[in-house]
Amino acid sequence: MADFFAMGGYGGYVWPAYIITVAVLIAAIVVSLQAHMRARRTVRRLEDDSGENGESQT
Amino acid sequence: MITFLANPKRFVDFSNVIAPWLAVLAAMLLGVGFYWALVVTPPDYQQGQSVKIMFVHVPAAYMGIMVYGAMAVASLTGLVFRHPLADVAAKSAAPLGAAFTALALLTGSLWGRPMWGTFWQWGDARLVSELILLFIYLGYIALWNAIDDPVRAAKAAAILSLVGAADVPIIHFSVDWWNTLHQPASIVRPGGPTIDRSFLVPLLIMMAGYTVLFAWLWLVRMQTEIFERRARSLMMARGA
Repeated sequence: MADFFAMGGYGGYVWPAYIITVAVLIAAIVVSLQAHMRARRTVRRLEDDSGENGESQT
Repeated sequence: MITFLANPKRFVDFSNVIAPWLAVLAAMLLGVGFYWALVVTPPDYQQGQSVKIMFVHVPAAYMGIMVYGAMAVASLTGLVFRHPLADVAAKSAAPLGAAFTALALLTGSLWGRPMWGTFWQWGDARLVSELILLFIYLGYIALWNAIDDPVRAAKAAAILSLVGAADVPIIHFSVDWWNTLHQPASIVRPGGPTIDRSFLVPLLIMMAGYTVLFAWLWLVRMQTEIFERRARSLMMARGA
């Protein structure tokens, strides 16, 4: 197990590379989904307010 | 297919169905890929375990370029055919491309330190052209934010992305044209890959995982952009 974390002496480079990668990928997912939910809710609220149906024209 | 999806409503319906499957597929590919890369692959006979960085570095660099290609094609489509979703597609791809390019630079630097003895080398054409790619992405995003009128913003950003596309072949061929730190191509080269199969298979799985993850987030972000535009037009209709 300790061998695995040592990565043959390169642990100080391998683990930061993997941690940064996973952090950035997760951040991309979270940021994209949050903005998506927010925009979806806003459109729904505006459409309910104005009594329109889902007919979309961008 | 393209004309069918040109209608934003149909595009949203279609991507609502596809997106969850892409998310599941990305999770599976990345789960297998990360495990294979970290636990199963042997150390390299020259690089030892530092070669593990390859499995997160190469896919990130590959995506930085592929996403730029997708963005440039979408921009060109928007300029030439005034395709309603093309501008949305180009705009939604940019932040993801920038994230992948930043990852390529960071992981490359962490690989370069033990292998080349330096985190960064201004004289290396691959490194500098990759950094320029990141700046082009950031400039593209900034340009969208700087212009309020979406039609004018789309046009200006599309022109910037097409001019910036000149950097892509420079990145690819930099390792052949200037023989500096970064090694030449070992996968996409005449005569087939030179990299050993025990490394190539997990690397390809990681590249597939990154690609599907991007496809999923691209759809999600395009939908977001469509909702935001719809919200803006509803607000304007109400204000009128």
